[in-house]
Amino acid sequence: MNAVLNKPGGGTAATVAMEVRGLSVEVRAADGPVPVVREVSFSASSGQTLALLGESGCGKSMTAQAVTGLLDPVAEVVGGEVLLDGQDVLRLGSRERRRLAGPGLAVVFQDAMTALNPVYTVGSQLAEPFRIHQRLSRRAAREKAVELMERVGIPEPRARAKSYPHQFSGGLRQRLLIAMAVALEPSVLIADEPTTALDVTVQAQIMELLAELRRETRMALVLITHDLAVVAEQADQVAVMYAGSIVESGPIAEVFGAPRHPYTRGLLDSVPAGHARGTRLRSIEGTPPRPAAIPSGCAFRTRCPMARERCATDPPPLTTTGPGRASACHYWKELADA
Amino acid sequence: MPEDTAEEPTPLLEARDLKKTFRVPRSASGSTRLHALGGVDITVRRGETLGLVGESGCGKSTLARVLLMLERPDSGTVRFDGVDPFALRGKELPAWRRRVQMVFQDPFASLNPRLTAEELISEPWLSHRDVVPRRERAKRVAELLEMVGLRAGDAGRYPQEFSGGQRQRIGIARALALNPDLIVCDEPVSALDLSVQAQVLNLLTELQAELGVAYLFISHDLSVVRHVADRVAVMYLGRVVESGTAEEVFTAPRHPYTASLLSAAPSLEVTREQDRRQRIVLSGEVPSPVDPPAGCRFHPRCWKAEAVCGEVVPEVEPAPGGGHHAAACHLPLEVVTAAKADS
Repeated sequence: MNAVLNKPGGGTAATVAMEVRGLSVEVRAADGPVPVVREVSFSASSGQTLALLGESGCGKSMTAQAVTGLLDPVAEVVGGEVLLDGQDVLRLGSRERRRLAGPGLAVVFQDAMTALNPVYTVGSQLAEPFRIHQRLSRRAAREKAVELMERVGIPEPRARAKSYPHQFSGGLRQRLLIAMAVALEPSVLIADEPTTALDVTVQAQIMELLAELRRETRMALVLITHDLAVVAEQADQVAVMYAGSIVESGPIAEVFGAPRHPYTRGLLDSVPAGHARGTRLRSIEGTPPRPAAIPSGCAFRTRCPMARERCATDPPPLTTTGPGRASACHYWKELADA
Repeated sequence: MPEDTAEEPTPLLEARDLKKTFRVPRSASGSTRLHALGGVDITVRRGETLGLVGESGCGKSTLARVLLMLERPDSGTVRFDGVDPFALRGKELPAWRRRVQMVFQDPFASLNPRLTAEELISEPWLSHRDVVPRRERAKRVAELLEMVGLRAGDAGRYPQEFSGGQRQRIGIARALALNPDLIVCDEPVSALDLSVQAQVLNLLTELQAELGVAYLFISHDLSVVRHVADRVAVMYLGRVVESGTAEEVFTAPRHPYTASLLSAAPSLEVTREQDRRQRIVLSGEVPSPVDPPAGCRFHPRCWKAEAVCGEVVPEVEPAPGGGHHAAACHLPLEVVTAAKADS
């Protein structure tokens, strides 16, 4: 699958740490179920970063929640499997699932304030994974927590372990969440918009930390974001999502260098950087469809400059367009040749 | 200040040495004042876009609020078209207010959900009765809607029937309703998706070309500011640390903070792993404006800092070659270190 590794960091052939196949999620609504994730497949390799890229409402966070078993009760997985170490995580009971949370699959959320418990010290929260999974004593777990805080760059970790979450800045709180997520050296870490709430100089620090941890522990990092520039800098592989489906995927340099789906092309053209001041940005017309009103055929056709009759009737499947690359467009060849 | 001499007539807006502090609960060091603005100079010329860049807590929103006369500065002067708005009384005050309008960040929170698009856009005329005669108001609303890329037929719809981008268009139409000379745009596209953001930026550019309105464009997104701004001011902890044309500031930053900000911003260019290491990653975070560092406020995070930086507040000085490119730094960068050709 990941045959083409043109990144120096990629090194030897990557092993697949997690594979998602045909994942579909529906949300129950008053007038029947609404599909929000539709047949999503991707694989995350050890030591690599896979970016799930898309605009709000495209289903990227729902995908993450489904994979981690944290879906809102109104949403439900209606198909597909998530293979981690050969077992389908979606079929596990809640007890087995919890056993995996930490050493197998961990997650970092966007909002570091609500993800930490305000009434416990950060030291005791960070010690929790060691107490539960490794059954360490209170003292030993506390020691591990302090080490972990030091590892993620919290100044004066021993003293700060006794502080509460509100006593930390946004950037430090995000570091704490990352520390908690990597405590048991997971094979897969899912980071859902980990830097969206942070300032740009702090964002750079956090992305740097995640990249370091990924290299050190060889974990697979699944980075969920709407920020094209972050993807360009961090990802080895990218999967672009639109209206609940992956519309294009492949190695980052190839996808961003020569996109094979008009949506990816449109996103790249919408970025202001590099356009001279005052020139018109080539934006995508219209707005993304609501999940309850996705157009027939290709979901992107109503906004697509290349759309033709066929697009209204035949939904384009995600098909291989080259080594490691796939596109869900009937006319991808026209983009590739252009 | 060395800026603007002969060639420039009175700028539209000129603020000098603005200071603003707020009372806060006593901090660890015993301070009870939050220093939001510590002597800010800023100039906006007619019909131009001044980009205001800085991280959260740097005072950019406080500055906007002072310029909109929503806060009174502790000291310093504001001149709008040569007049001090804080000295206006009686009828002159609403006449001035009409000339400065605002577009807000969050189009979901800033529009009253119980008013239709028409009511939202015509609401400013309830206070400013003589701008548009009553019988022409419906026609003017239709014009404004079309001007911002909506349909005249949308007038009767409520905010929740519009998408985020369309709501921001309503917010812009509402700001335009009083024919202002200056619109303060506080993060106008940061709540929008990328594809929609580009549409709104295009609209703002077109409106400026058509109406000659000036923008004070506040944003944390450097690529957006680079795209829209004629000139740029960079703020750090209540001070403008660098200003100049967008070209100067973005391609040849003189203040180390600007350089690190540019370097920290991710770029679309797909870089290889070893190249990524060259970026300037600042240590630490922005200190609290309650206890700002002495001397240059950036010195605890600056890799060039020397003893003097912790003691003496650096003056804003223009680049040696002349011109308007000014920086407040004892040890300004002379060579281009952080110039990045984005994508």
